[in-house]
Amino acid sequence: MSSTWDVVVIGGGLAGLCAAIAARRAGVSVRLLECAPSAFRGGNARHARNFRVVHEAPTRYVPDAYQAREFLDDLARVTQGDSNPCLAQRLVAESETIAAWLMANGVPLQQPNVGVVPYSRRTVFPLGGGKAMINALYSTATDIGVAISTDSEARLSRQSSNGNWSIDLTTATSSPSSIDARTIVVCAGGAGADPAWLRSHYGDAADGFMVRGTPYANGRMLADLIAAGAGTVGDPTICHMVAVDARGPRFDGGIVTRITAIPYGMVVDGSARRIDATGAGAEPTHYARWGPRIAACAGQTAYLILDADGLQRAAPQAFPPISGATIADLAEALGLDPATLAQSVNAFNAALPAGAHPIASATFAAYPMRPGVTFVHHGVAVDDHMRIVWADDRRNDTLFAAGMIMAANVIGRGYLAGLGLTLAAVFGRLAGTEAARHVHG
Amino acid sequence: MSTADTSTDELTAEAERVLRICTACMYCDGLCPVFPAIDDKHEFRLSDLNYLSNLCHNCRGCWYACQYAPPHPFAVNLPATLAAVRRRSYADHLWPPVLGRAFGSPVTGIAAIVSLIVLATLAFVLLSSPPAALFGADDSEGAFYRVLPWSIMAGAAGASLLWAVACIGLATLRFWRTMAPDVPRGALLRALAPALRDIVTLRHLGGGGPGCNDVGERTSHHRRLFHHVMVAGFAGTALSTVSAAIYHHALGVAAPYPLASLPVLLGLVGGVVMLAGIAGLLWIEHRADTEPSDRTEVALNVTFLILLGLVTLSGLAVLAFRETPAMGLLLAGHLGLVFGFFVVLPFSKAVHAPFRAAALLRAAAEKAAAGARSKRDRG
Repeated sequence: MSSTWDVVVIGGGLAGLCAAIAARRAGVSVRLLECAPSAFRGGNARHARNFRVVHEAPTRYVPDAYQAREFLDDLARVTQGDSNPCLAQRLVAESETIAAWLMANGVPLQQPNVGVVPYSRRTVFPLGGGKAMINALYSTATDIGVAISTDSEARLSRQSSNGNWSIDLTTATSSPSSIDARTIVVCAGGAGADPAWLRSHYGDAADGFMVRGTPYANGRMLADLIAAGAGTVGDPTICHMVAVDARGPRFDGGIVTRITAIPYGMVVDGSARRIDATGAGAEPTHYARWGPRIAACAGQTAYLILDADGLQRAAPQAFPPISGATIADLAEALGLDPATLAQSVNAFNAALPAGAHPIASATFAAYPMRPGVTFVHHGVAVDDHMRIVWADDRRNDTLFAAGMIMAANVIGRGYLAGLGLTLAAVFGRLAGTEAARHVHG
Repeated sequence: MSTADTSTDELTAEAERVLRICTACMYCDGLCPVFPAIDDKHEFRLSDLNYLSNLCHNCRGCWYACQYAPPHPFAVNLPATLAAVRRRSYADHLWPPVLGRAFGSPVTGIAAIVSLIVLATLAFVLLSSPPAALFGADDSEGAFYRVLPWSIMAGAAGASLLWAVACIGLATLRFWRTMAPDVPRGALLRALAPALRDIVTLRHLGGGGPGCNDVGERTSHHRRLFHHVMVAGFAGTALSTVSAAIYHHALGVAAPYPLASLPVLLGLVGGVVMLAGIAGLLWIEHRADTEPSDRTEVALNVTFLILLGLVTLSGLAVLAFRETPAMGLLLAGHLGLVFGFFVVLPFSKAVHAPFRAAALLRAAAEKAAAGARSKRDRG
């Protein structure tokens, strides 16, 4: 490929797809490079379920209303102010049109009265989930003439004298090559899925972490950009992690390995002694508290102990629980000391925390748990045109970033359900539009 | 028979493993009724698996939407797994049970039996009719019955049809007994209309709106459309037979009937329409991505479609060549195919229709019983 592309999008997740489609619809030539093989294309959007949108009134796909003010307040609350206000406002404002834009680009949405989705006035559900949405967008991108390569790992190499970029491309099938781009939109995701990177920031404990998302968010583009002098935002040592089933895969477990039943039982560590995550309780925020607590355990492993009642109350899990007719049987099945576990259960029952249920009715059940990393609050700095901001505050009119690689600009800490997809789609669309605008001059 | 609820065979174990992942995920809940039916379920009895597998319309939407499809280590392949369970559910409920084996290798069994019956019919006609009657061009009234006397023709057709209806009826009843929902009679009655609507419209071949993944990643409404076309054509030929019976018994006119008569027109239009539907469905089977399919179910589909196509084609051939000396043998061949078709019907794809209807009735009944369910917030 010797020609020069107007826009090269690096990363084929939701942000990359939206950038590519927006740029292509603006009439420029677009090449999309996705490092994952086609079965695993789509970044972490593959595992996502819903996206948060502002709407003044009920629509066919979301009931009631969710005002921009509420969205901004929710964001401010979870980030404790660790959010670029200008970008946050842009995100919130453009979320209002993103559902219609995605639908116009082939993404079917699920009506609230169809299926069993929980009531949500804040979020919209793509029909069939994130991967179905990703498939639809790949089809649309192909149809409108975006050149797509999967299994293609890109590394930024240099900017030539005429201002164009050269990108080194390694594919699974052909020898390394290089392509030229007038503008680049980097949508390559964060660094949370690289074991070496995790170890460098979280120490040896990182080897006990699971990564809930795609293994292809390997952070190489992020590292390239930082090495080239890009400014950073957030903190690589802060990540969102939750309790996941220890029997799941190291990567890509997604939603189904998340352990949701912690409020219905008690948690012990490898020594069978009860542990608690301060203030976790039963609120949705308990997820984010338990991840780091389990990460602090020996072997990054803990066990959720439930009785028959607790198990009945719990939502179904991907793996069947490990069970025992007695606490001693259960301890044996888990490889824990039976006497200590019995002691821990008795102590728990004798002084039940507020809202907790006693562990009393056989059969007893347990889930082995590990911490599962969802995402890391760290990335490159961008301005409100999605241009990467260099450490010396310089910016380059031809280099943009969108998606999780720049999410920390808006969400420096905390977690908000449905934010990731909205952020990727809105900022992806914006970056693609800006890149095309630059090409048009 | 393995209707016991404790079966631990490999297929059951795999179906349970996959459905457990599906209940924990539920991203597909808008695609079809299988997912709402497993919402919040912690375990799956064999009767549930049989029910769910027949509720599945094999639209394959969940395969393309699945974040856990292979090469993911979870290797979730719900359509193929349910197709295998579904095929086993046909076999497990068929009476006499020995016939259930035919679902294991549908092509051989069906081809052998139908060929045998066609050959027997041809042999009977060749041996019983004088060559002059058989090979003389004759399309005057009653010509068909000079090839095969009415009593034998109607007797063989009636007996084979009765056999098919009795076997399939019994199998459906046995199936319903193992998986009938535990709901009040009122809910079952209220469910009749919505269930009938789902059955007739093939609503669940709509993938929740955008259509099914008929052949690959892109959705279409082709399979649903071709199925409707085929069934409409079939209805036309059935009406043709009914109208012919009225001509014969009420009006006292024996076949063959003139081209402009109701039986011939209905048969001609119905036959051509049915062939178009069959061709469309075969085209989809031919092009379809095989990974989310159960190979034996595909063989079952294709065998049935080809057999139905042969019955239709041979009927149209009789019409086209009824004024020529070929009529006698063509008619004998057509009748042999019709008899054979009815005989193999109980262990053919035909069983999917009443089984799926029963599953849709249970789904509608459970929905009616649940009424306005409160949706649990998952946070």
